Amino acid sequence: MSAANTTTPLAGKTVGISISHLTKQFNNVTVLHDVSFDVHPGEIFCLMGPSGSGKTVLLKHIVGLETPTSGSVRIGEYDAADPETRAKVHLAFVFQAGALFNSLSVYDNLALYPREHRLGSEVSIRERVMYALQILSLEKAAGKMPSELSGGMKKRVAIARALVMEPQLFLYDEPTAELDPVMGATISEIIGTLREHTAVTSLVVTHDRSLALSIADRVAIIMDGRIRAVGVPDDFKHTTDPAIANFLNPVVDIKNPRFKQLENANE
Amino acid sequence: MKQLTALCENFGSAICMLARSARHINTLPRQFPRFIEQCYLIGYTTLPIVTILSFFIGSVLALQSGYSMQNFGAKQFIGTLVGLSMCRELGPVMVAILVTGRAGSAITAELASMNVYQEIDALMTMNIPPERILVLPRLAAVLVMMPVLAIIANLCGWYGGAIVCQYTAFISVDTQSYFAALKRYMEFNDILDGLLKAEIFGFVIVTICCYIGLSVKGGPREIGASVTRAIVVSLIFILVLDYFVTKALL
Ligand SMILES: Nc1ncnc2c1ncn2[C@@H]1O[C@H](COP(=O)(O)OP(=O)(O)OP(=O)(O)O)[C@@H](O)[C@H]1O
Ligand SMILES: [Mg+2]
Repeated sequence: MSAANTTTPLAGKTVGISISHLTKQFNNVTVLHDVSFDVHPGEIFCLMGPSGSGKTVLLKHIVGLETPTSGSVRIGEYDAADPETRAKVHLAFVFQAGALFNSLSVYDNLALYPREHRLGSEVSIRERVMYALQILSLEKAAGKMPSELSGGMKKRVAIARALVMEPQLFLYDEPTAELDPVMGATISEIIGTLREHTAVTSLVVTHDRSLALSIADRVAIIMDGRIRAVGVPDDFKHTTDPAIANFLNPVVDIKNPRFKQLENANE
Repeated sequence: MKQLTALCENFGSAICMLARSARHINTLPRQFPRFIEQCYLIGYTTLPIVTILSFFIGSVLALQSGYSMQNFGAKQFIGTLVGLSMCRELGPVMVAILVTGRAGSAITAELASMNVYQEIDALMTMNIPPERILVLPRLAAVLVMMPVLAIIANLCGWYGGAIVCQYTAFISVDTQSYFAALKRYMEFNDILDGLLKAEIFGFVIVTICCYIGLSVKGGPREIGASVTRAIVVSLIFILVLDYFVTKALL
């Protein structure tokens, strides 16, 4: 599929991730407690969990932006914390906030990676970029600057930018959080299609229960920095763990005593 | 003691950043557009203020020396004094200070905001070293632009002095004898020394400003703080280095 991979030892191979006994502390506050799980090569793995449970921090360990306090994260046979690993495994990370290059236009944001790694002529790069923009219905935004985009558009540009990279390992941090349901469905189609046609392993962090349970091969639930459960989606449809059940199917209770003060606010 | 270790640590990290930039020096030809952009930002945008200020520094130098030298009847040496002080000292130092204020602050602000808004993280995950596309073109640009700016500052300062000498009643040295005096005691080496100084200052400024911008941690408030820090550190380095470089070159 791409000339990009010819230079790497893992060219065209799917890679897995193996996380073992990962613990991370920030200023003596433990954010991840002894996290262990594997993502098998070629699968779509969804990581779900409440806000603040440590999902983004976990992803950052996989892309090498954080280093473990103890334990290890390996991508294929390489240590994720080693900067050299990113030269050996092509990975694309869709940041939760997009992390677009604000001084570059949308087009240049997408073209930066292929240009810097010299993956073909300007014409072929153009083709590749326009194709990715088209998939995410962003053709009209190609010339715009990131500051001129809406939140959801930024997220789509970030996903398009990752698509252009043609990675072996695709990491999404909340890909559908700011998107409308149609775009959300498009994202699930993209993730599914990529798995069908390329040697890609996907790790999707999401709050979106239906996305996770529909596309994932396996799902893990993380709560308070601990892995609570790992299994196939069907395991979670009739879970007996009350915390997980409440997370997946929250009960709305407007008589909840926690909100007593709000009720009385207008009196 | 703690500050001393922090200082050494920063110094070492800055050297590492330079080393990593140097490793990508072979990519410079294909980064030509970026290099030109930086030349524009560092050189061209600093040019107006450099011309104006050096003109007035030259003028006031002539004025002051004219005032103090008239008592010794040494007015014919004003050209020499202005010429040498401009090209050996004031030209390079002033250009360095202006580049710090104008371009250095912009460099730190840009890199710091890229850092705070995770753009640097994004570059790392894309396996594009930030040193390659952010530091290297700026270093190359400053090395090209500093001598140019210094030469322009020298010329403006010399002419500023010449005009003052000609039209100030109590000095009234005409332009021809002013420039004759300027040339007589100046050697080509004096100019070269000045340009070398400018080159060293430029290199140090961009290194400091890039390093501080790239090592920012925290939120948007840190962007402003880092710009202040970059300017203060650069100015200290310029003035302290100035002494040692001058001493070494004399
Ligand atoms: N750089 C950091 N320094 C200190 N604490 C941090 C840092 N990054 C994250 N944390 C803490 O780690 C915890 C987990 O954060 P994380 O961003 O991983 O949550 P998350 O699961 O991604 O939540 P969300 O779904 O809201 O994005 C939070 O309590 C957060 O305060
Ligand atoms: Mg998060």
